[in-house]
Amino acid sequence: MSEHYDLLIVGAGPAGMAAALAAAPSGARIALLDDNPVPGGQIWRDGPGAHLPPLARRLRDGLERHAIPVWSGTRVVAAAGPQALLLEDPTRGWRVRYDRLILCTGARERLLPFPGWTLPGVTGAGGLQALIKGGLPVAGERLVIAGSGPLLLASAATARAAGAHLLRIAEQAPLAALARFTAGLPRWPGKALQAARLFDHRYRAGSHVLEALGDDRLEGVRLWQDGSTVELACERLACGFGLVPNTQLAEALECALRDDAVAVDDWQATSRPHHYAAGECTGFGGSELALVEGAIAGHAAVGEQTQARRLFPRRQRWQRFADALARDFALDPRLKTLARPDTLVCRCEDVPYAALAGRDGWTDAKLVSRCGMGACQGRICGGAARVLFGWTPPAPRPPLSPARIETLLCLEDEA
Amino acid sequence: MIDVHLDGRPLRVAPGTTVAAALCLGGDGSSRTSVGGQRRAPFCGMGVCQECRVEIDGQRRLACQTLCQPGMRVETRP
Amino acid sequence: MSPAQARADVIVVGAGIVGSACAHELARRGLDVLVLDDRRGGATAVGMGHLVAMDDNPAELALSAWSLELWRHLAPDLDDASAYRNCGTLWLAADDVEMAAADAKRATLAAHGLDCQLLGARALATAEPALRDGLHGALRVAGDGILYAPNAAEWLLAKGGARIIRHAAQVVQVCGNLVRLADERWLRADAVVLANGIHAADLCPDLPLRPKKGHLLITDRYPGRIHHQLVELGYVTSAHASEGTSVAFNAQPRPTGQIFLGSSRQFDTLDRRVEGPVLARMLRRALDYLPGLAGLNAIRSWTGFRAASPDGLPLLGPHPGQPGLWLAVGHEGLGVTTAPASARLLAAQLFDERPPIDPTPYQPQRFPLAQSAVPAQEARP
Repeated sequence: MSEHYDLLIVGAGPAGMAAALAAAPSGARIALLDDNPVPGGQIWRDGPGAHLPPLARRLRDGLERHAIPVWSGTRVVAAAGPQALLLEDPTRGWRVRYDRLILCTGARERLLPFPGWTLPGVTGAGGLQALIKGGLPVAGERLVIAGSGPLLLASAATARAAGAHLLRIAEQAPLAALARFTAGLPRWPGKALQAARLFDHRYRAGSHVLEALGDDRLEGVRLWQDGSTVELACERLACGFGLVPNTQLAEALECALRDDAVAVDDWQATSRPHHYAAGECTGFGGSELALVEGAIAGHAAVGEQTQARRLFPRRQRWQRFADALARDFALDPRLKTLARPDTLVCRCEDVPYAALAGRDGWTDAKLVSRCGMGACQGRICGGAARVLFGWTPPAPRPPLSPARIETLLCLEDEA
Repeated sequence: MIDVHLDGRPLRVAPGTTVAAALCLGGDGSSRTSVGGQRRAPFCGMGVCQECRVEIDGQRRLACQTLCQPGMRVETRP
Repeated sequence: MSPAQARADVIVVGAGIVGSACAHELARRGLDVLVLDDRRGGATAVGMGHLVAMDDNPAELALSAWSLELWRHLAPDLDDASAYRNCGTLWLAADDVEMAAADAKRATLAAHGLDCQLLGARALATAEPALRDGLHGALRVAGDGILYAPNAAEWLLAKGGARIIRHAAQVVQVCGNLVRLADERWLRADAVVLANGIHAADLCPDLPLRPKKGHLLITDRYPGRIHHQLVELGYVTSAHASEGTSVAFNAQPRPTGQIFLGSSRQFDTLDRRVEGPVLARMLRRALDYLPGLAGLNAIRSWTGFRAASPDGLPLLGPHPGQPGLWLAVGHEGLGVTTAPASARLLAAQLFDERPPIDPTPYQPQRFPLAQSAVPAQEARP
């Protein structure tokens, strides 16, 4: 017989923690799980290279005060029958049943292929931030950050605090779009402050990466900047081209998507009864929006419509911020042309661009080239193929990420 | 401080250090050799890309989502 | 609108391993072939790609043994992407009864000229140290192997050169030597070959094809753990069941170092979703034989449908009720193994030749198939 909870929350970032704390006073039996080693999500990552903001501490303390179990280092492997999930941590695999589920699975970075992107020394932009918070030493290293969106600035701030020597932030969006975006920021005072602190004279708009240089590891980067090509010698290059909602679990649970994010109504309810979603997996808006959405979902999931409704105006305000973000950081079509024929698109199976170009869709390309057949199961190359070729990978199949075979045995009993 | 073994060599790291960071603190930072023979290192940093999968106490796990624990044995993949 | 003559002598419906082998063989004989495929994907895209001599009855053995010989002939020319490996099969005997079955199988295969020998418990443990203790032995069939069927199909088509033309098009009706496409066009050729597996029943509802759902799972790369294709002797029992859900242990060492695990059989469902309980049962069976797999990471599972005929043999030859329509369907789980020989048998009948094996057991007329419905008025030539 499996464990049972009234409310199960997947993802312990801002949305998941807010959902748990909103639902806790109802007395519901709640559990929260996350694949990272500690709660906080991508934004509030703890570690030797991190300083948690007070709000994150308060939320974490709140979870403790309500004695809500937080299963860190735990992944969802598969849907396991109606209203049940198969979970795995480093020591065990187990099945958990639930009455209500809130998906707070967040977003991942969109990572696009360009020559040299597989060299050690090249990471995602948010990726570098996460690695630094986990203790990655970058003091004295020369760093270039390239890509798109406010995350580049956040990553730069973390890297500089850790002693990296920041050479450049290359933002692909044109200056006009950035000006429009920052002009809108006074409407969100907290954000404006954040932006002022993050903006930096090393920042260039309308600039993007062309190539990472080096043989066995990164030695430099070639950038497109002010209408010409520049080369900078560096030890680290961090690239991120916006965010992609993590919808795999929602798809596995047959929740409908809208605009590539989990579709939700005013109550943060998905298309499937008793299943809610909040935060970046429903679209991007930063931690403030995630917190409000999470709280609404938490209240709604335990039947507290009045409390949920009180939060609607706050959500609406942050939603406008999210819309501006999507509009002003739209990807330059030139980013689709960075890969050369020999540039690897699928990093797991080392499949070059030339093996994919001209194929008849994702499934055809995958069958012929092995693209997307490796351990990441197309999470990286599938996202890239969407941008490069307009292909749509199909809904994921179990396991949702690599899982031990012994864990999958737990699917035998659906009781 | 926490003592671990990275490819058989002892390494001392601060509590809360991820295995991904330890790869850099105690080695060249790389985690595996790709299908085509390239060395690779942690890339996405958030448990998606699978570049950082290494053998941790005999299990294949993600370095970026694993904290160093006392006595842990980490093997990068040749 | 009258049907356009296809710029080909033969239209093959289906670009899976069987359709591709048929097109390849017909092109080799100098015919121009138009291959139509709707990219829905069938058993070729999702199967294990095993090349295995099966001997449930003499006809199955005759076809699979001949076909394996043809594959071994093709092997030196196959490209890397086809991933052909002559790894051999070990039929595993868990007890004395199964060991006796292994010996009987050995006698049957040997009588057919196949290279095979019995391994005792110790020889088996040496050959495959990852297997659990206590197995009684195995029958090693040396000529068996594996390949990656989607690319082998591509290779077969590419080898046809200019004689094979491929179109991504959905056929929505067949009528003798006429086919109607989704865009309402009719095409005509001297012959139409139906080789689209389970989807053939959509076009010819009288075909006695029944879907048998199967689950498969593949691991991350763990090179060197196993060396042969491993199959439990109980596989035959599972493969023969005609009702209910059954599982049987089947493992392959892929050239990538991945371990590929099967198998399951279910009837009367066309639901593509992976079913946790069936997958788990299949994996539990695999761990019975390879306990060391427990801690290895699986990266993907999926399902597919085998097109099964009532007697387990494919339908190869003319449709008795529809002149001009030829069938190469109903291969169940043996399409990859028997594709080259199926193509040869079909071509021999098309050319009115005497093939090296007796075609009678595979001829569609062994089943009561209907006359063709009269084609739509406008389709008449």
